[in-house]
Amino acid sequence: MSTTRRKPARTDQGTHRDTDAGHHRELLASMLLIRRFEERCVELYSAAKIRGFVHLYIGEEAVAVGVLRALTASDAVVSTYREHGHALARGVPADSVMAEMYGKITGCSRGRGGSMHLFDEGRRFYGGNAIVGGGLPLAAGLALAERMRGGPGVVCCFFGDGAFAEGEFHETANLAALWDLPLLLACENNLYAMGTPLHEEHAQTDLAMRAASYGMASWAVDGMDVLAVEEAARRAVDGIRAGHGPHFLELRTYRFRAHSMYDPDRYRDKAEIERWRQRDPLLVLGTRMRAAGELDDMSYTSLDQEAADVVDRAVSAAESAPLEPAADLLRYVSTDPGDLPESLR
Amino acid sequence: MTTTYREALRDALREALAADERVFLIGEDVGAYGGAFGVSLGLVEEFGPLRVRNTPLSESAFVGAGIGAALAGLRPIVEVMTVNFSLLALDQILNNAATLRHMSGGQLSVPLVIRMTTGAGRQLAAQHSHSLEGWYAHIPGIRVLAPATLPDARGMLTPALADPDPVVIFEHGSLYNVSGELEAGAGPVDISSAAVLREGEDVTLLAYGGSVPKALDAAELLASDGVTAEVVDLRSLRPLDDATIMASVARTHRAVVVDEGWRTGSLAAEVCTRITEQAFWDLDAPVARVCGAEVPIPYAAHLEQAALPQPESITAAAREVVGRRG
Repeated sequence: MSTTRRKPARTDQGTHRDTDAGHHRELLASMLLIRRFEERCVELYSAAKIRGFVHLYIGEEAVAVGVLRALTASDAVVSTYREHGHALARGVPADSVMAEMYGKITGCSRGRGGSMHLFDEGRRFYGGNAIVGGGLPLAAGLALAERMRGGPGVVCCFFGDGAFAEGEFHETANLAALWDLPLLLACENNLYAMGTPLHEEHAQTDLAMRAASYGMASWAVDGMDVLAVEEAARRAVDGIRAGHGPHFLELRTYRFRAHSMYDPDRYRDKAEIERWRQRDPLLVLGTRMRAAGELDDMSYTSLDQEAADVVDRAVSAAESAPLEPAADLLRYVSTDPGDLPESLR
Repeated sequence: MTTTYREALRDALREALAADERVFLIGEDVGAYGGAFGVSLGLVEEFGPLRVRNTPLSESAFVGAGIGAALAGLRPIVEVMTVNFSLLALDQILNNAATLRHMSGGQLSVPLVIRMTTGAGRQLAAQHSHSLEGWYAHIPGIRVLAPATLPDARGMLTPALADPDPVVIFEHGSLYNVSGELEAGAGPVDISSAAVLREGEDVTLLAYGGSVPKALDAAELLASDGVTAEVVDLRSLRPLDDATIMASVARTHRAVVVDEGWRTGSLAAEVCTRITEQAFWDLDAPVARVCGAEVPIPYAAHLEQAALPQPESITAAAREVVGRRG
């Protein structure tokens, strides 16, 4: 690994905190909710109940759940177009996410954003950005505001290995390191930019090493192991709060499904998908919990049923929710005086 | 008092930085260098490098950082050296700044001001000279301003900062050294209206930014022919002030639109269309346009001048529509 200005880059093999069974159950429940939510999205998409580009996170749940567990409510999150998992793990209610998929007024973006543009200002969840890398500069700005105000807040920006090839990543990494911004760069390396494999998109595929060249603490993490992700994210967030500037995590993960619902997934070997399924984050955590006597078939079924119930209720609520009146089409383009937030009045 | 366009812009920046702790200026070389065109010269000594903040040559990142800081409740003023360079940040401006409010169902506000230089006339060749205000005026979700006069250079920033939505301000490069009298204590101006700068009865010359002084010169030339031209400074390119435009056309019955941008798909095309949509029955002649030639702006002085609207070409177009040739 290369030398850095602040901290050496290193590879985390995943040493786990000795956390209690309740904590593990919460992590498992959170991942199950994302899994069941998205499986329902597949059905709803096939039934033409929801439309647009829908990018599923199935297989990557450990990343969202592990990283977001390390943040507090006052930290900020910037996400990608594959963000159902981020939104749910951040605490955006499944009802409001599902209603957004339906294009209903009760959706978290009032039906104007859809799957790729989930927002929740109250939870400091700033999208939902469908331009690859487009959220990175914005995250630097949120972090700059934290720094200028001298607050303890951290900004977490998710992006994929595809975004690492964009100028946006390199401009933002340089700016963040230069200005010591409290920014967590969470790179979800799922090995494919749409259908292009990592080695065809990057001359050097060791992303953590490249990020380290900007002088930021940077390391790779097993992204299928939620405890390893959480541990790494906590260490990074602690470093950021301690004033050591931006940190970079390369979260090595895999999506079990295609790039989007439109994608027939012709570019990868089924055996490769099967190999990764052996490391399904639900399986990895579940196996560890069973070995520790924290989980049995009955409790797993019960947790799973709770997740399915939440999704059922979200679907029912979305089905019966009203649409925004078409007469309000032009609302929220510019600020109506009546819509002004308190801080601007 | 006598001042220049550049000094008026600087006074506005100084006042904004002094008035509100949330305001900061960010951009390439805005610090000790004073900005590429000297607008912010001296401000870093007054307000320090955290509030007059130099950036790397990373248009997308620092414009995007301005958007993020605005989302978090600060009031950034982002300087982009020229409109040509702003294309490197167009994704952030269009896909984020202009879009986040709507796409979030009204949850997010981006109270951001972006200033940039535009226009030709200084022999800087194609990559520093284009006039793309019309492209920005195409985008819903942003306000687009073009100060052409000293009061506007001094007075547009304050209301732009008070706007809860993103505002892009175009400063024409040929105006920075223009000097004139500005009322001491000149304050904020209205940023939603066009202005009648000179009254006339025979034809309305509609212009903005660097073309405004040329339209005023053309009006002088026309006056010596006995043609009285009304000169309207559009000032706000988005939204356009239809009321002032149509009221003027209703008085003069003829219109010439002056636009340094390329003719095809230009802001001038939009203004012409609105006049034919809203004031067709007031017209005594087809609306005319004097636009930039459809060529990347060349370096050589004579070619560059030939590519731009000039008092002579504006005068010729005005004579045509009032039926007085030669």
